[in-house]
Amino acid sequence: MSFLTYLINGLSLGSIYAIIALGYTMVYGIAKMLNFAHGDFIMVGCYIIFSVSAALSGNSVVGIIVAIILCTLLGVTTEFVAYRPLRGAASPLAVLITAIGVSYLLENIALLIYGADIKSFSSVVKWEGLSFADGQLKIQGVTIVTIVVSVVILVVLQLFINKTRQGQAMLAASEDKGAATLMGINVNRTIALTFAIGSSLAAVAGALLCSAYPSLSPYTGAMPGIKAFVAAVLGGIGSIPGAMIGGLVLGIVEILSKTYISSQLADAIVFGILVVVLLVKPTGILGKQIQEKV
Amino acid sequence: MNKFKRVFSAVLASAMVVSMLAGCGDAAPSGSGAEGSDAGSSSGGSVFKIGAIGPFTGAAAAYGNAVKNGAQIAVDEINAAGGINGTMIEYKSEDDELNAEKSVNAYNTLKDWGMQILVGSTTSACSIAVSENTKSDNMFQLTPSGSAEDCVKYDNVFRVCFSDPNQGIASAQYINDNNLATKVGIIYDSSDVYSSGIYQKFVQESEGKNYEIVSAEAYTQDNNTDFSVQLQKAKDAGADLVFLPIYYSDAALILTQANTMGYAPTFFGVDGLDGILTVENFDTSLAEGVMLLTPFAADAKDDLTVNFVKQYNDKFGETPNQFAADAYDAVYIIKAAIEKSGATADMSVSDLCEALKGAMTQIEASGLTSAKMTWEASGEPNKEPKAVVIKDGAYVSN
Amino acid sequence: MKKQTKNNLITYAIVIAAYIILEILMLTGNLSSHMKGLLVPMTYYAIIAVALNLCVGILGELSIGHCGFMCIGAFTSAFFSRATSESLPAAPRFIIALLIGIASAALFGFLIGIPVLRLKGDYLAIVTLAFGEIIKNVINAFYVGIDAKGLHFSMKSAMELNMDGGDTIVNGAMGITGTPHDANFTIGIVLLLISLFVVQNLVNSRDGRAIMAIRDNYIAAEATGINVTSYKMMAFTISAAIAGAAGVLFSHNITTLTASSQYFGYNASIMILVYVVLGGIGNIRGSVIAACILYLLPELLRGFSTYRMLIYSIVLIVMMIVNWSPKVIEWRKRTFGRIGAGRRKAA
Repeated sequence: MSFLTYLINGLSLGSIYAIIALGYTMVYGIAKMLNFAHGDFIMVGCYIIFSVSAALSGNSVVGIIVAIILCTLLGVTTEFVAYRPLRGAASPLAVLITAIGVSYLLENIALLIYGADIKSFSSVVKWEGLSFADGQLKIQGVTIVTIVVSVVILVVLQLFINKTRQGQAMLAASEDKGAATLMGINVNRTIALTFAIGSSLAAVAGALLCSAYPSLSPYTGAMPGIKAFVAAVLGGIGSIPGAMIGGLVLGIVEILSKTYISSQLADAIVFGILVVVLLVKPTGILGKQIQEKV
Repeated sequence: MNKFKRVFSAVLASAMVVSMLAGCGDAAPSGSGAEGSDAGSSSGGSVFKIGAIGPFTGAAAAYGNAVKNGAQIAVDEINAAGGINGTMIEYKSEDDELNAEKSVNAYNTLKDWGMQILVGSTTSACSIAVSENTKSDNMFQLTPSGSAEDCVKYDNVFRVCFSDPNQGIASAQYINDNNLATKVGIIYDSSDVYSSGIYQKFVQESEGKNYEIVSAEAYTQDNNTDFSVQLQKAKDAGADLVFLPIYYSDAALILTQANTMGYAPTFFGVDGLDGILTVENFDTSLAEGVMLLTPFAADAKDDLTVNFVKQYNDKFGETPNQFAADAYDAVYIIKAAIEKSGATADMSVSDLCEALKGAMTQIEASGLTSAKMTWEASGEPNKEPKAVVIKDGAYVSN
Repeated sequence: MKKQTKNNLITYAIVIAAYIILEILMLTGNLSSHMKGLLVPMTYYAIIAVALNLCVGILGELSIGHCGFMCIGAFTSAFFSRATSESLPAAPRFIIALLIGIASAALFGFLIGIPVLRLKGDYLAIVTLAFGEIIKNVINAFYVGIDAKGLHFSMKSAMELNMDGGDTIVNGAMGITGTPHDANFTIGIVLLLISLFVVQNLVNSRDGRAIMAIRDNYIAAEATGINVTSYKMMAFTISAAIAGAAGVLFSHNITTLTASSQYFGYNASIMILVYVVLGGIGNIRGSVIAACILYLLPELLRGFSTYRMLIYSIVLIVMMIVNWSPKVIEWRKRTFGRIGAGRRKAA
């Protein structure tokens, strides 16, 4: 029974990683850039929900909607101001460094506005959850909601990309920007749209992250962000189902290695698994094997 | 383009060098200028320059800012009341980002400013690194919250807080003497000096006590969101008391997660747990029954605490935690030591240090963190830890 | 003189000139203690930036875990110095510690290079990040003590060492305290010059050209008979070794050494990457200058107190856009290019 409990805890953590990884992988897949600030978008989303809920005496639904809108705006603005000027720069590293600058900027703004002390976040999921076998096995409401939401997002994103014109444009832009431009696709607009989607996902992820682990500080997003990035790579970066699988695998591995091996070395084990997986499958679990052209 | 880049970087570099040199040039005259102008205004002839160091940005910023603000209040109070023997205090704080190397940089910055006495660094590793420099400059250093054993290894360094080993011993004693538990689980932060220090001593001290340690699970700062495993293990091992030698920010999360799991042992903490009731939006009913050994309680009813908490709240919009209280006391302790030794602001840094070193073992200070504190020449404070239990969202002395 | 040689000499000259100027300033008492304290950190950040530039710029493989090698160098050398701090005089002790630090970092670079260099692009980057985090995490759980019976190791806690008396040298998260303060500015500059010498000579050698050929087109390089794997390994190992040297300076400059994120985590590695990218990828001299400027910047911004890091992040973004944006570069060429051309004519 306790193994099942650990497994469910792993699933709970993994589904949060998955939902963050979805945003990461979207942006990477289309814009081909690692948005290191993604974790901080999550943090911004959390603070918005926190402030709005406090102002409206606990109404988190409005908070989530406001957070989604503002995060989308933030994502699009960041893309326009900080990332777009560097598209086509001599080295792809340039935009990576700018993303880090944005990450510092957001963290320090949050630090100035909200202070460094942690804030306790009230869960946006009020449901207690399910209980089996006389309360021996409990599944929290937020876990179930997170899993459902991440599956819904996965399906919607897949449909969007495969069935709509905008989605097809994204696919085209991700394959070959030059050719996509020749086909009459506005690549800049497509990438901006990707950022809008990715950032709104960050707001949703933030709401769920802070509901499951209710402490909020300017650095809340950093570590889950990097773990979710690892999850995205594990699943095959750029692949949307891969992000989902990578997130779940990472969460479960993390919890189980904490349980059965060492809670001190859990991170080393998680990263070790990543190394092993990449050595066996160099582009991640669901990543496409790229044929090299001579 | 390459050419431009070269020119650009050269311009940038020379701009930096110029500003650097200008900075150095400025430092001296502005320092002496400040002294000159103060000489006119204050009666003592000059001022005591007290500096503080702590992490004001980065993950530990909550602690550094508390120290900065706590010391600020004490300085303002002392100055408003006429200073130390009529000499005003000038106060300045610098950020170290929880980085020992930056802490030394911060120290050097303060030294250039003319600091005579250091209140800092806030965290243990930084404090140890800085003590190397204060030792060679022979500057008096009083760390409000550097609790690792090595923080006070030099004779010019004293501390306000308890040492880590002290807290581990006191906790083991207290749990034993009050028959609080038969089976104890521990959750500690293995990446943190403070937490692992207390943990080690606690385990050593638990030998032969009337309880047994059934689980000891670590976590790291990179992995401090999910505590379900650590809690589940303690639960499965049947621990009826969980010892939390950690800071309140992680503890708030642990209490919430224990609650959702339906696990309700006695939680027992040390001074790092103080502050848990003031976490914004935290459901204090979760902390019901939590016991902690702490020298400071923000809702104590004595005049000193009430006044301090009010001022802190008015100025900084937050409820002060233990760090702020330690820093506040630190400034008053320095005041007491200066008064005792009769030191004056025109003494050299080294003479001042010698005078204060001698005075520290003679003074008996009372402050927010203890009604009666005395010091050993080793730098360790003698004060009694207070055990409190949280009832109805407030500390109740046990 | 060949252009390349001249270029290299300019780099050495800049470093030596900076050293002489700063030494004179120090001797005449014109340097504030704050600046004096920054000198050694500047040299080791310059050294690790050179090391990373070898990996990123010359070898063309993005590493975001280089601080892991610095961590290895720092810990192994500090361990040695700490263990022998009473039995050996400072000079030989530091030299041996330096060699130990470099050798262990090189060894780890070699071992990690075997799996890592089989990967490509962002996947390689993330694996280096993973290794950096693994090194940090493992060292944090490492306990080593010395007593009369010899060395004791544990991965669990200091109590498991089972020592009678003795001295716990590496104490898990508390790391190593009390490393002798053996590093100074002169040693830092000497090490910087040596690393520059090693890297610049490598770049101009046959081996270096092979390495750059691999960077530019590894299929073509392989076709011409270059042993891709061994050259990659060589560059990566040298890079790790130099990073290890930076680590030795690091641990002998401050007395507390802990394997925490702010020194050796991915964030720190990325900061080094920022130095390399702003200094110019593949431009060794640029790395040294950028490392010094960017290390100084937050220190010089101390006057802004709470807004310090905010301003730093904005400056970082602006510098990146000014230096790298294709549009800005074009605009710069149009406006400044003319002035430059005019000046050249006038001259």
